[in-house]
Amino acid sequence: MELFVFVCASIMILAGALGVVLRSNPVHAALSLVLTLFGVAVLFVAQHAEFLAAVQVIVYAGAIVVLFLFVIMLLGVDRAEDLSTEPLAAQRWIAGVLGAAMLGLLGVAILTGVDAVYPRGEGIASVVAGDNPDANIDQLAHIIFSDYVVAFEVTSVLLLIAVVGTVLLARKRKEVK
Amino acid sequence: MHALVIAPTPTWYLLLSALLFVIGMVGVMVRRNPLIMFMCIELMLNAVNLSFVTLGRRLDDIHGQSIVFFVMVVAAAEVVVGLGIIVSIMRRRSGVNADDLSELKG
Repeated sequence: MELFVFVCASIMILAGALGVVLRSNPVHAALSLVLTLFGVAVLFVAQHAEFLAAVQVIVYAGAIVVLFLFVIMLLGVDRAEDLSTEPLAAQRWIAGVLGAAMLGLLGVAILTGVDAVYPRGEGIASVVAGDNPDANIDQLAHIIFSDYVVAFEVTSVLLLIAVVGTVLLARKRKEVK
Repeated sequence: MHALVIAPTPTWYLLLSALLFVIGMVGVMVRRNPLIMFMCIELMLNAVNLSFVTLGRRLDDIHGQSIVFFVMVVAAAEVVVGLGIIVSIMRRRSGVNADDLSELKG
């Protein structure tokens, strides 16, 4: 069953990611991004990270992609661009070679390194094992509001700064005299 | 019956996230529309999130998931600021090409 979920979600993720890179229309690329984000959310659920899956769908697929679509349509760049010509001749070749090299490097690191990782944590409360359906959320809340409470507060300041900065950046500037 | 069922191991998840990361990386290098480049950065962030969750499960440790939570918050802030910069640049000039943005003066 997990294999079936994994294969379906992988197809979603990779098709969406290739769509983001290859589609010439920015709106289509943004919608392909939704496909990828949903696939990642499915894999989060498959790995018993239910809270993160919900946040993924709400924040990423709900808010961030909508923000992208707003900006695309606000700026009026929702027309297809010409991808057939490449101003810098060697750029795609170099990008392909670097991508293949990165993939090889990561693949070797994963295949040789994953055996060095062994369970040593305090354990993840899973919904399947316990009878508490909110086990994942409870555990995550405990860790965030105890060990990471300073980081959590700092992120709220970060979000406030981001909001204020964006309003300042994007407002219409009055001509000064 | 159950011996025939192959369960995906953490290695599979990590290889998938490596593939997703590489697609995003190549996208940033190949595409010229700054909005698409931002989307490719989101792809890379998601690949890293997926590997965090996978390794957290493999280590049987909840800290992996809490890091992903913070990555998501920072990614949201990054997208907001980045799109604000793009909007304020596009107001001044009509081009949507990263090559047009190579100079920093307004």
